[in-house]
Amino acid sequence: MATLSERMPAALEQPAAGYGSTNGLWSWLTTVDHKRIGIMYLYASLIFFLFGGIEAFLMRLQLMRPDQHVVSFDLFNQLFTMHGLTMIFLAVMPLSIGFINFVMPLQIGARDVAFPRLNAVSLWLFLGGGLLLYSSWFLGGAPNAGWYNYAPINTGGALNPGLDSLGIDFYVIGLQIAGIGTLLSGINFTATILSLRAPGMTAMRMPLFIWTTLITSILIIFAFPPFTANLALLMFDRFFGSGFFDATKGGNALLWQQLFWIFGHPEVYILIMPAFGIISEVIPTHSRKPLFGYSTMVFAIVVIAFMAFMVWSHHMFTVGMGPLVNSVFAATSMAIAVPTGVKIFNWIATMWGGRIRYTTAMLYAIGFLFCFVIGGMSGVMLAVPPADYQFNDSYFLVAHIHYVLIGGSLFALFAGTYYWFPKMTGRYLSERIGKLNFWLVLIGFNVTFFPMHFLGVFGMPRRVATYPANLGLDLWNLVSTIGVFILTAGILVFLYNLRQSLRDGAPAGEDPWDGRTLEWTTSSPPPEYNFAELPLVRGRDALWVEKTHGNGRMLPAQIDAHHGEPEDGHGQAEHGQGQAGRHLVHMPSPTPLPLIIGAGALVAGYAGIYRVWWLAILALAFTFYGIFRLMYDKDAGYFVEPKGDAQ
Amino acid sequence: MSEAAQTAGPDAGVAGSQTLPTPAETTKLGVWLWLASDCALFASLIATYLALHGSTNGGPGPKDLFDLQGTLISTFALLISSVTMGVALEALQRHDIPGLRRWLVVTALLGLVFVVLEINEFHHYTVSGLWYQRSVFASSFYSLVGFHGLHVSFGVAWILSLFIFTFRKPGGLTRADHWRFEMASLYWYFVDVVWVVIFTVIYLIGKVG
Repeated sequence: MATLSERMPAALEQPAAGYGSTNGLWSWLTTVDHKRIGIMYLYASLIFFLFGGIEAFLMRLQLMRPDQHVVSFDLFNQLFTMHGLTMIFLAVMPLSIGFINFVMPLQIGARDVAFPRLNAVSLWLFLGGGLLLYSSWFLGGAPNAGWYNYAPINTGGALNPGLDSLGIDFYVIGLQIAGIGTLLSGINFTATILSLRAPGMTAMRMPLFIWTTLITSILIIFAFPPFTANLALLMFDRFFGSGFFDATKGGNALLWQQLFWIFGHPEVYILIMPAFGIISEVIPTHSRKPLFGYSTMVFAIVVIAFMAFMVWSHHMFTVGMGPLVNSVFAATSMAIAVPTGVKIFNWIATMWGGRIRYTTAMLYAIGFLFCFVIGGMSGVMLAVPPADYQFNDSYFLVAHIHYVLIGGSLFALFAGTYYWFPKMTGRYLSERIGKLNFWLVLIGFNVTFFPMHFLGVFGMPRRVATYPANLGLDLWNLVSTIGVFILTAGILVFLYNLRQSLRDGAPAGEDPWDGRTLEWTTSSPPPEYNFAELPLVRGRDALWVEKTHGNGRMLPAQIDAHHGEPEDGHGQAEHGQGQAGRHLVHMPSPTPLPLIIGAGALVAGYAGIYRVWWLAILALAFTFYGIFRLMYDKDAGYFVEPKGDAQ
Repeated sequence: MSEAAQTAGPDAGVAGSQTLPTPAETTKLGVWLWLASDCALFASLIATYLALHGSTNGGPGPKDLFDLQGTLISTFALLISSVTMGVALEALQRHDIPGLRRWLVVTALLGLVFVVLEINEFHHYTVSGLWYQRSVFASSFYSLVGFHGLHVSFGVAWILSLFIFTFRKPGGLTRADHWRFEMASLYWYFVDVVWVVIFTVIYLIGKVG
């Protein structure tokens, strides 16, 4: 077995031919490899992220000066609705899922996720839902009732003459399709983490990113079904004339709000949890210290996840639930700041006394700490009901949500990009351009959103398409839009960096950051089978233990390999003996069925929107046929022989 | 275990006799997780029904329409199908393939009886003045019960597909195929348990409460 230092030079000459070595469009469309699926999630959500950014840019142009009419008021409604939907459902969440897909199986020492083909189904459903939602721009207008789409604006009909939009149908169907994809991801990731961890990786040895993925997935499993139900009820209201949310028919508009936020509040933790995990990987690696207070970190995220289901009504303080309900939800909402504070202190204590390397990833992590704390504090302010009567639906709230979603989630995702890009591509992202990217984004972000706190307190409501002059809003709106120009420059620099570094970034070895976890033991990019042999985990920070107490290489695990008939498409590494005692890894075959299932759902969605019932039923039948095929098709798979580095 | 013990030194002891779960066990875990999310879905629809069932908009209400005797027949059909599903699995354990096929068909037929009775019940209500859009009570009732009916229908399709599988599996059934039947039975029991909740919440409390 070669030592780490002997193998490094060879790896540095050229990025290894990894999971991307068999190319061609068809191989990507039919892949079941978690790494390729993760890459596709990342690319797709990056594109959606840029669209969401353009929408935001147009809104800020409109609001730069008073009484401007860059876009019509109706278009403005569509812009803020699609901006919110895009950033939450099509950008930040799938970016997290992309990182989880790529990194999580590597970090637990597995060959793939538990259900690779289901993983591909998730991808195509997400993409189908997103494309359907975006096609609304060309098919009569995007949804225009805000990302949370309150009743009765969403129900259409006599209550909203002139306001109703076909776009709401696209909202209902698009989010339903994408949401089912996300739900399947949640199930898949939970099963993966619970059953496919490498031998020796006990619960309290799991990297924090694995813990947050597990908790995120459990949140998805229980938070998405209320949203599924809510969307189905709204679909019945709009398609079949029921009146769940229509008071004139005896329904209740507040029911939408309740079901929406029972989903919606856990959803914001679904957005931030993977970010917590990324930060908990980046900071210890770049401080060259173990994470401070690991078990309190685990405890904190479990408590946060539990409480995530007990705070939803703080989104509804002003609808008149009464002082008792408001007080209870105010108390739980403020209490959730305690475990979050524990995490902040642990991250700071991890850096304390460490030998910190200020790489771009680390800078983003430190930026995250500052900005997320600001967002957290405005969150506690919003959790006080009497104050919330002032802040509610004002720009103060807009400032808060962007401090937690950009300063929190997005900064962490940038950190994760700079951190794992070498693992995904075999090349570094340029650090020089990266620093420019970071400072532009940090300054642009704060210049854009900090003034919104003032605007909110001065009384500017959110979602107004314009405002009159001389209300004291002119200056800070102008400052905010100037910030957007800086922020946009920062994002463009990032895109440039991505393009440059993909082509001729400096080659990175398998372990560019002197990492602590299992993904850094594979080549960069990793081979399609991930690990030639299942690694034996001998402590927390599995690779670090071997670096400090072993020879820097993982020991192979001695396990009773599973020798039955190869089951269809499982992510479990089945290591068998080939002819002449060669060591082989069993792989699932690529299949077009997930793509077919996604396409069936997409066609059924369009048919529903245009009320072509026969086609909807046909397409759904087609989808279920695909599901049954997936259940029964015998996948013999194939065997690959790991490259020389195994033995 | 203390923090120090976790990080200080390597400890291979934990991995002494490790076996990873088999793919079948992993899949079973996945089905459990799916059913957990389905619980949350039914919970949302039941909550919707409970919030809105008083809103009859001058139309018929639960007390006017529900016929406990008719519903009791379909309830028994579904509950007995759980028993027959268990018998089928028991036949599988003994590798009694004809017995397995027989009891799978009986289970599917009982499920089909349930679905047909439900369609008949919906038809009866509709002609008695409770069509889907009549009131919010009607909409929430049909949505919840119909959603469960779709679950039963999917279950029937699943069981029939397993029945076909017993003939088409090359080389005949082996122990490695048992998990397929166990998955379907998990789902089928789940659908039955949900029906017990729906029967109690909608029919019993609606008629008597």
